[in-house]
Amino acid sequence: MKISAFHLMPHRELPADFEQRYESVWVTPPWWELADARRVGQYYNWTLDELVYAAKAGFDGVCTNEHHQNAYGFMPSPNLMGSVLARATAGTNVAVVQMGATLPTSNPPLRVAEEYGMLDCISDGRLVAGLPLGSPMDVNLCYGITPMEHRERYREAFALTLKAWQAKEIFAWNGRYFQLANVNLWPRPVQQPHPPVWVPGSGSISTFDFAVEHDVCYCFLSYSGARSAKTMMDAYWRVVADKGREPNPYRAGFLQLVVVAETDARAEELYARHVEYFYHKCLHVPAVWFAPPGNQDYRSLVATANNPVRRAENPKTLRYRDFVDKGYVIAGSPATVRDRLMEEVVKGLRVGNLMVLLQIGSMPHELTLQNIDLFAREVLPSLRDVWDDEGWVNHWWPERLRERPGAARVAVGAGR
Amino acid sequence: MTTREATHAVWQGKVRMKVTSKGTGPALVYLHGPWGLTWDPFLDELARDFTVHAPQHPGTSPDAPEDVYHLDGLWDLVLCYDELLTALGIGQAALVGHSFGGMLACELAAAFPGRVRRQALIAPLGFWRDADPVVNWMMIDPEALLGRLFRDPAGDAAKRLFGPAEPPAEAAAARVRLTWAMGATGKFIWPIPDKGLKKRVHRVTAPTLLVWGKDDRLVPPVYADEFARRIPGARLHTVDGAGHAPHVEQPEAVARTLREFLSA
Repeated sequence: MKISAFHLMPHRELPADFEQRYESVWVTPPWWELADARRVGQYYNWTLDELVYAAKAGFDGVCTNEHHQNAYGFMPSPNLMGSVLARATAGTNVAVVQMGATLPTSNPPLRVAEEYGMLDCISDGRLVAGLPLGSPMDVNLCYGITPMEHRERYREAFALTLKAWQAKEIFAWNGRYFQLANVNLWPRPVQQPHPPVWVPGSGSISTFDFAVEHDVCYCFLSYSGARSAKTMMDAYWRVVADKGREPNPYRAGFLQLVVVAETDARAEELYARHVEYFYHKCLHVPAVWFAPPGNQDYRSLVATANNPVRRAENPKTLRYRDFVDKGYVIAGSPATVRDRLMEEVVKGLRVGNLMVLLQIGSMPHELTLQNIDLFAREVLPSLRDVWDDEGWVNHWWPERLRERPGAARVAVGAGR
Repeated sequence: MTTREATHAVWQGKVRMKVTSKGTGPALVYLHGPWGLTWDPFLDELARDFTVHAPQHPGTSPDAPEDVYHLDGLWDLVLCYDELLTALGIGQAALVGHSFGGMLACELAAAFPGRVRRQALIAPLGFWRDADPVVNWMMIDPEALLGRLFRDPAGDAAKRLFGPAEPPAEAAAARVRLTWAMGATGKFIWPIPDKGLKKRVHRVTAPTLLVWGKDDRLVPPVYADEFARRIPGARLHTVDGAGHAPHVEQPEAVARTLREFLSA
């Protein structure tokens, strides 16, 4: 099992009436009313410090991601952050998990292949290459990509990226969206034939198919916890089986919000308002922005219209205890968190690459460090060898980091 | 009067276009807006004087939703329509276009001036003014969209354009049709409905009538001035009691004006 610390780099000090006063946390929040560049500089540095702290505390990887024009998480260039992290973790066995640079917003998308090449060189082969499709808010609304072309552009860019990393000869790419007469990538990644690829998604059927066909790690980035993800992940594992792939838990990633304290009651005291801030403010986006016409392909559109999945709850009506009860957030004492993570997420969804979000919404720096520290000391060690007895290889982790830190033991009797 | 339906495959046979035709007389081609084709009283009125041909834009007819993927941009689409006119046996026609269809009609009139005898543009898209941005109809919720499109969002006109809310199966089909029609037309116009018509509009030779609902809250009537300024001799007809779809909210009045103009 590999466990990584994920960070969104949110605005930590939005006004109390933010969601009443403004249309959205994404695309349209007014910078001049809501933010201050010096203070934001502090957020970036806290974010980097928190991830480096997690790396030192024993996490297997540190994750950053790309979003635009928002107060929910604003690392428009995750590779700038990843570069600092690669350097700050030099000489360790911590993976730099980029979740990642978004292909359809990079033009030409070769830029992502180049920067990932740089990161793999700087980190000496510790890169995990997340290749996300990107959210409609980022790609269609902020970056102007036509919704109907979003997936097609992604697929072309994905194929170009994989070829650019591996081709031995200079080649011409005469694509529908990208034309490059001399593709000759400098630098190439350290990891051969290419760094492990993760494809994050939010439960769309066409992304399951894509992930399984390309034999990558599918990561479900959900904020509504494992219980509501169960149907989706079961569907993913059915696609894995149908396409003849082995049920290796490492081909699944999952993001879970986690807060840990000495006791369950103490967790509520410390974290309740930050969790509510996250769900009430950081996810404040008009529903229609998640599905611009044409973004969803016709097959999925018909399926959604005819079988509306359970009406999504409005998180603004929920409070801390609801979020915890429903599993949106796994919260409480180390024992509570261990048990719930193991049962609901790791075993329940069959996840081999777990990501945890430990800085949530308005959570201040010191409290975030406490959360990271407690998780690393009291929770992480007991999850680490959960899949060892099944003997699977994590093909989606940098090869030289696959061995468990300090564990030379190989699972006895592992048949695979 | 009988209604005829035919499907014409253009673009090397890859793009199937469904055309509904009705009436007798000179050819009139009606190009619908981003919400799909609805054959309504307005088109019946026009069919009294003309042979009305109403094609569904590539991808917007439920039997061929994915054909639109064969087109990369507006130029491809304009050429498809040139091929469609040939397939329909039309050398020259009167064009009527609404919203997105209005922009397309004007593009056709600019690309192939000989093809267009006269054109009536109903609240056409195609230009952009920073001071008066066109609201992105694809990014507002259904309620707000009704409010933007219609002077009376609760009226029959709104129901005609958007299809039934009951029973569930029909409502679902209507939702799919509407969403996909916005996606398939939006493909040619995202994210700002200015795709260079301003560089080409000088080529238009067809006499032009602009029709604008007085209460258009989607493409503000100030855009009528843009068109009038750039198309010499264009006439403007403003419709009371109507928003962005004046021909749906005031079918008889708009049809009367159009029949008069297009028959000249």
